[in-house]
Amino acid sequence: MTELTRLTAADIAAKVAAKEVSAVEVTQAHLDRIAAVDHAVHAFLHVDTERALAAAKAVDDDVAAGRPAASPLAGVPLALKDVLTMQGAPTTCGSKILENWQPPYDATVTRRLLEAGVVILGKTNMDEFAMGSSTENSAYGPTRNPWDLDRIPGGSGGGSSAALAAFEAPLAIGTDTGGSIRQPGAVTGTVGVKPTYGTVSRFGLVAFSSSLDQAGPCARTVLDAALLHEVIAGHDPLDSTSIDAPVPPVVAAVREGATGDLKGVRVGVVTEFAGDGYETGVAAAFTAAVEQLRELGAEIIEVSCPSFDLALPAYYLIAPSEASSNLARFDAMRYGLRVGDDGTRSAEEVMSLTRAAGFGAEVKRRIMLGTYALSAGYYDAYYGSAQKVRTLIMRDFDAAFAKVDVLVSPTTPTTAFKIGERTADPMAMYRADLCTIPSNLAGNAALSVPCGLSDGLPVGLQIMSPALQDHRGYRVAAAYELARDAAQGGPLINRVPELEVVH
Amino acid sequence: MTTAELMDYAEVVTRFDPVLGLEVHVELSTATKMFCGCSNQFGGEPNTNVCPTCLGLPGSLPVVNAVAIESAIRIGLALNCEIAEWCRFARKNYFYPDMPKNFQTSQYDEPIAFNGWLDVTLDDGTVVRVEIERAHMEEDTGKSLHVGGATGRIHGAEHSLLDYNRAGVPLIEIVTKTIEGTGERAPEVARAYVSTLRDLLKALDVSDVRMDQGSLRCDANVSLMERGATEFGTRTETKNVNSLRSVERAVRYEMTRQAALLADGGSILQETRHFEEASGTTRAGRRKETSEDYRYFPEPDLVPIAPSREWVEQLRGTLPEMPAERRKRIQAEWALTDLELRDLINAGAIDLVAATADAGAPPAEARSWWVSYLSQQANNQGVELGELAITPAQVARVIALVADGALTNKLARDVVDGVLAGEGEPDTVVETRGLKVVSDDSALFAAVDEALAAQPDVAGKIREGKHAAAGAIVGAVMKATKGQADAKRVRELILQRCGA
Ligand SMILES: [Zn+2]
Repeated sequence: MTELTRLTAADIAAKVAAKEVSAVEVTQAHLDRIAAVDHAVHAFLHVDTERALAAAKAVDDDVAAGRPAASPLAGVPLALKDVLTMQGAPTTCGSKILENWQPPYDATVTRRLLEAGVVILGKTNMDEFAMGSSTENSAYGPTRNPWDLDRIPGGSGGGSSAALAAFEAPLAIGTDTGGSIRQPGAVTGTVGVKPTYGTVSRFGLVAFSSSLDQAGPCARTVLDAALLHEVIAGHDPLDSTSIDAPVPPVVAAVREGATGDLKGVRVGVVTEFAGDGYETGVAAAFTAAVEQLRELGAEIIEVSCPSFDLALPAYYLIAPSEASSNLARFDAMRYGLRVGDDGTRSAEEVMSLTRAAGFGAEVKRRIMLGTYALSAGYYDAYYGSAQKVRTLIMRDFDAAFAKVDVLVSPTTPTTAFKIGERTADPMAMYRADLCTIPSNLAGNAALSVPCGLSDGLPVGLQIMSPALQDHRGYRVAAAYELARDAAQGGPLINRVPELEVVH
Repeated sequence: MTTAELMDYAEVVTRFDPVLGLEVHVELSTATKMFCGCSNQFGGEPNTNVCPTCLGLPGSLPVVNAVAIESAIRIGLALNCEIAEWCRFARKNYFYPDMPKNFQTSQYDEPIAFNGWLDVTLDDGTVVRVEIERAHMEEDTGKSLHVGGATGRIHGAEHSLLDYNRAGVPLIEIVTKTIEGTGERAPEVARAYVSTLRDLLKALDVSDVRMDQGSLRCDANVSLMERGATEFGTRTETKNVNSLRSVERAVRYEMTRQAALLADGGSILQETRHFEEASGTTRAGRRKETSEDYRYFPEPDLVPIAPSREWVEQLRGTLPEMPAERRKRIQAEWALTDLELRDLINAGAIDLVAATADAGAPPAEARSWWVSYLSQQANNQGVELGELAITPAQVARVIALVADGALTNKLARDVVDGVLAGEGEPDTVVETRGLKVVSDDSALFAAVDEALAAQPDVAGKIREGKHAAAGAIVGAVMKATKGQADAKRVRELILQRCGA
């Protein structure tokens, strides 16, 4: 492994700008790393070597010509979750039904990255249509956790987080509907951020659950996440749910947090997210992290959010309901897989055969759940009740944020579990998102920052902030990250085992 | 089909009360589609006015067309509706190949306009108030073309072609409350309602309202109840009703069909039926095994619409004079009797006459041209009056030429024929056809002298004082001048020549 793949995004950008290293060299180093280790990790579904190098070359040309950098991340490689469209590359969403589909347009996030001079290496693996917590639901095979290749890297964005932990990319983009950025971040020892709903455009993000989906940054450091956050966030007239407000000052918040002073910051510990179901090692790491925040000057307050216990069932009504409608378009008529079109069958039969063959079991399970929840006679009891719970959860957040600046909890109740361990037990799988779902339902901001190891596996600290106050979480995370590394003798991510390299 | 399938209409209305419900879909003539920037132009090459959003490509998102909302509110106001202070779009979920997302973005339980009415005047002047339940916004689907097979329907077709140009075109659906108590006049009420609505939408300038092109489509719900009954019967919904005349025929047909079934002890199936233009009948659509459950839920990709009261009032200020008010005003201004007004309306001439008057013609002259000569021409050509190839301004010009004495009435008709034949403006036709009145006396004297010389016996009688004999000479002169002379002047010249 070359040193270049160990650098942070901020360092890479600085070195490229200072001509200490070229963007092409950095990109090539990451492409080499992918070639060397991705056979074992399987973080990527698609790598576009030529385009990545061409994008890097363009950045180097800018530097050589003395033109100002397109952004603070110009020349930095990135792994893009395969749920965001990019012209000239396939977008599969981890599904057979979209195998080889080439979108004719760029997602707004993709466009912003390209305009910022970020070098997109390729598309990362994910649970099919972002439905899952382990990336085992990908139609193209699971991604493995670089900390232990027999374990899951979290999901749905396991590919993006694993790529970071495997040093295949310093930055990645994920999408978070119920925890799909934060939970993979937690179990791979990386940083994952779900921005406030409506602050990062969903245009070009293949929808799972429109009212919950939000793209966000994944990185190995809090600063890198913040830099990426500011590149991708901002109002987009192509997304009606996009908020027309300034991007929260997250980079400035990181710099403020890096002073190591959290005096006057009130941190709420959610009492509901503890006890049964939380691994001892996770609870211990979380408690230690809270202590560290106290030492940094934060005031620690216990806060009860009773409705959070209802978040999981509400989520599993709302998300599948929206998904059942969003995924109706995959019908073989215009693009994607087509099965059974032998000239004898009707369009309806071809639709049905294609969907039967093209969707995996979990996607079908959720389509059925959602179809049922929206059915005449059941709508009020299921979808309607779930929306009421959503309101209650928002009220709990409002009450909590009246008392504290941020809320904290473990990101996920357990460390990375073994591949195959929960595939037969959907409820056990769903519980991985117990702590992350409330922020999706409320539409506020939340992130996960590594907070130690349990039996050699990473644990995540979740920090939740009110809507449009994303910078609060970044400030606390940055202060914590610094203290953590000081206490533990260097960045946690450096303790990820060496992967076997093929040449 | 057995012969007992239809009941005589007179018997239908003595035994049953019809109940109607009309759903009219109007395609808005906005520049762009409902949720994307694609052109909303009718008749483009298939699949040329499309983009990721209206093709429903993965990852695409809708953005509401503000002009469509404005049109919807104006339509609501013109229909005397309340305008919602807050409303949303919903998704109507069902699978169909011409629907790119397999859900239609529509309004469900929160329409933008509701609780209105429209007064409809029947041919004999009776006014019927039709209550409006709601007017809501939605998007159109694409179009399927089924190739092969005998019927042109999806069943039995060899393959189907899909054109998504129409997908995402903004639609307003206007739904009436049940229309009861119209008895034997139900079919006429249905036609008059659609006709009145069409005029109103035309005046609002929000749609092309072309039934033949599908920019105005009517679905007619019809049910019958035994006279004196208190509960509605089962209704059918007839689609594919593509002209005003068809609206009337479809309702009438359904009444006779349902009555025959009911009289026979049968029951009506709640179903969708299709109107067959050629036979004037309706046929059942493909039967579904299960009733459709559209699983409506609020569209999460769009934000609620909350038109401010200020904006609504501002839009109210943009409403044009409504056709009904306009007619009342015109009747007063032109001093028309009710009968004259109705004739004008029934001939579809009122707007044309008004426009002709606006172009400077006396209203009486304008009315006379449109109601008589031009109506005949439209009849001969088998087109609507408004479809004739002559504009109100051109008619006004012809009327002015007659008033100036440059044309006689006969010549004026020739000029109109020329315009209708595509020969250009009235003045051009006068020029090229050489239709000017011959007003040069010397030219006329020559013709008069010639005629007198040709008929010396008649000339002699005139000279003897028998003035009545002059008629024969007038006729000869008119013939010689191809009718371009003023007959009265010719007569004067003849008498002068004969010293009478
Ligand atoms: Zn479009």
